[in-house]
Amino acid sequence: MTSFLLLATVILIAGVIAVPLASKLGLGSVLGYLLAGIAISPILHWLDVDIIQVQHFAEFGVVMMLFLVGLELDPKMLWAMRRRLLGLGGLQVGLSIALIAAIAMLLGLQPTVALALGMVFALSSTAIVLQTLNEKGLMQAQGGKSSFQVLLFQDIAVIPMLALLPLLALPELAGLGADVAHGGGHDDGHEGGHGDGHAAISLVDGRPSWQVGLITLAAIGSIGVIGSFLTRPLFRFVALANLREVFVATALALVIGIALLMSLVGLSPALGTFLAGVVLANSEYRHELESDIDPFRGLLLGLFFMTVGAAINFSLLAENLWMVVGITLGVMLIKAFVLYILTLLFRLQGADRWLFTLGLAQAGEFGFVLLSFTVANNVLPQEIAQIALLVVTLSMLLTPALFIFYDRVVASKFAHDQEAEADEIDHSSPIIVVGYGRFGGVVARMLRQIGEQPVLVDYSATQLEMVRRFGTKVFFGDGTRPDMLHAAGIDDAKMLVVAIDGKEQITHLVEYVSRHHPHVHIVARAVDREHVYDLYQAGANDIVRETFDSAVRAGRSAYEALGIHPYQAERLARRFTKADRKLLVDTASVHKPGVRAGDNPEFVALARELNEQMEEELRNASTGFGVQASDGWVPPPANLKTDEPEQGR
Amino acid sequence: MRVLVYQAHPGAQHSMANKAMNAATQSVEGIEFVDLYAKYPRFDIDVAAEQERLLRSDVILFQYPLFWYSTPSIIKEWQDLVLEHGFAYGTGGDKLAGKIWSMGITCGAPEDAYGANGYNGFALRTLLTPMEQTARLCHMQFLSPYVLYGALAKREGHGLSPHAEGWRRWLVALRDDQVSFEATNALGVVQAENLNEVIQ
Repeated sequence: MTSFLLLATVILIAGVIAVPLASKLGLGSVLGYLLAGIAISPILHWLDVDIIQVQHFAEFGVVMMLFLVGLELDPKMLWAMRRRLLGLGGLQVGLSIALIAAIAMLLGLQPTVALALGMVFALSSTAIVLQTLNEKGLMQAQGGKSSFQVLLFQDIAVIPMLALLPLLALPELAGLGADVAHGGGHDDGHEGGHGDGHAAISLVDGRPSWQVGLITLAAIGSIGVIGSFLTRPLFRFVALANLREVFVATALALVIGIALLMSLVGLSPALGTFLAGVVLANSEYRHELESDIDPFRGLLLGLFFMTVGAAINFSLLAENLWMVVGITLGVMLIKAFVLYILTLLFRLQGADRWLFTLGLAQAGEFGFVLLSFTVANNVLPQEIAQIALLVVTLSMLLTPALFIFYDRVVASKFAHDQEAEADEIDHSSPIIVVGYGRFGGVVARMLRQIGEQPVLVDYSATQLEMVRRFGTKVFFGDGTRPDMLHAAGIDDAKMLVVAIDGKEQITHLVEYVSRHHPHVHIVARAVDREHVYDLYQAGANDIVRETFDSAVRAGRSAYEALGIHPYQAERLARRFTKADRKLLVDTASVHKPGVRAGDNPEFVALARELNEQMEEELRNASTGFGVQASDGWVPPPANLKTDEPEQGR
Repeated sequence: MRVLVYQAHPGAQHSMANKAMNAATQSVEGIEFVDLYAKYPRFDIDVAAEQERLLRSDVILFQYPLFWYSTPSIIKEWQDLVLEHGFAYGTGGDKLAGKIWSMGITCGAPEDAYGANGYNGFALRTLLTPMEQTARLCHMQFLSPYVLYGALAKREGHGLSPHAEGWRRWLVALRDDQVSFEATNALGVVQAENLNEVIQ
């Protein structure tokens, strides 16, 4: 227990110090984690920690990241980009493998070894690239989208690679029971228990291939079924309990469960959770899932990057420094060359071309997976695998530097192009309506009338179920929570409509958003008169009393029912509204936050005085200048003089 | 003929003359009466409904006080929206062709205020040319307006009753097609006093 606490403390402190420092220096969080990992590696050695085992645990962050990526993509979008997915991704993987393998063969390696190395190095780092693109807000840029498509294809390509690699086994290595320095105890599901000395459970081991196929298909199908049919009633059931931690637990159970299912049939858990994410992308629980899973993803990915840094074998590196550096640069050059060719074929231009070329040039975490797998299957000799491991690590370590290069040199050069493309990310500057009840519902319908598609968030499971019947899409979640707001897109939002019940919550939400997202225009629902003052203090742009307008309309109906001409009734109602608003402003000076108006003698006195003043004015002013403005048309004096111009009567 | 009366007065409760005229209008059988300010207190004029109303009428009358040598603003709003291109004028805009377009106007100033020597500077019919031209562009027949001068000075029993009674007779005559258009347009301005010259 103590050693676990010690380990956790060391890791957390290192991250807490290094990451803000790296961000401040403009290096990005990924490099921060990597450096933190390097810094603590002596301590971890001294503690005798199995870094690689920690790394396999932390790889679950990648799984969660792909789940979140899937949530952002609905099936329609995925289908729409199938050509680029296959074209860009397929060519990147195919050409990279071919070129790397060819050069490795020229350097005197055996064909099978060269091919295996090609596969290991062809894959890029989903973790680093997506994390960095998200941080820099480049996911919507053409270069970011294309990078994502390639990464997605690579994640899928891992599966056939894992199937192919055992065929490349070297007869002379067989029976040696080779074990890379950290290959032992490795079970992240990619090999589904393919004998690395660990007794893993598998549904497919030792079955004929047609059964394996069927079981695999069934597993993938079950993700679709679970996602489409089972999650909604499940989440609704959990949401009714109204306990946030239970919802978080449910979300975790979903992701981990699907990862487990994939492991059992020997598929990539990352791919499985990605599919689950895609299935749930249309769900009203999407934003809640996002905000629940995201902290885990962040922590695990951070841990993952730290283990990458910590796992660097410095003595081996020192012995082969120039070779490792040479191979790393060579691999990255080859990959960048292939990527650059692709930008020509797929017409990526300007800053996007360089983002794509530089961003994907590294080898990635799937390389680690493939390396341990190849050694276990006697494809690569241990010495080569160890060097390759260093190459993958070093290339990942260099990636943040390339992104910095992109930021400082490329992006600034093409700054104008970026501006011209601003339209493209326009759809991601949404209007968020928090609270979809009687109030928010009307606002949302009015927004839809002008073609806006507001993001609707509500925390009532029953309400949610009701509006779903009318075909309206409302996201389940507590809109007053910062992480939920983040998931709903507050960072790029142009407007927030606060339409929830509950004074305190409304004020709190307005305060938070106006402080942390000052660019967002806030339209807030005020419960009563005093609440207006609170919301003004809190920084709301528009404050609307929830019942005032309807009450004025009721008053107007009463006027009409009394036989007052409808136009006169309308004018009277407007006059009342104006006078009431004036009263609100005039009494603001004596309002005390937290004290009800009725309990504030100063407030009562002033309000009474102003009220009397107002009525007095209205009584006396039956004709003459100024009355027309508030009371409508009044006749000129009746004692007519013929030499004085008169308007009609 | 089917007669439609649009009445507009933003201070209806203050106007003795228009109140009396409204009562007269509503006493005549078979007249469609619309108080525009009551129908559209928030100026959200229902264009389709108003066009429908025009289509089923033969005589279209506007009854209003002369404000700043023009109509109260809601009539202008009504014109701007209802007399659409393609409906009232322009290509295919012949839906109102042949209908009669006229007014019942109350003027605050006395008769001698109108004309080159009066303080209003122009003859009343000169001031009403926008209405006249509107009728012409919409292929309608413009009919001389029924006018009350010096309306502010008139009170119940002091010239209002004859005017309101004249308005009633005028509406009945229009309904029963007993008005001589030639005689009316020769007059320029119809008043309670000269009604007998134009009703057959």
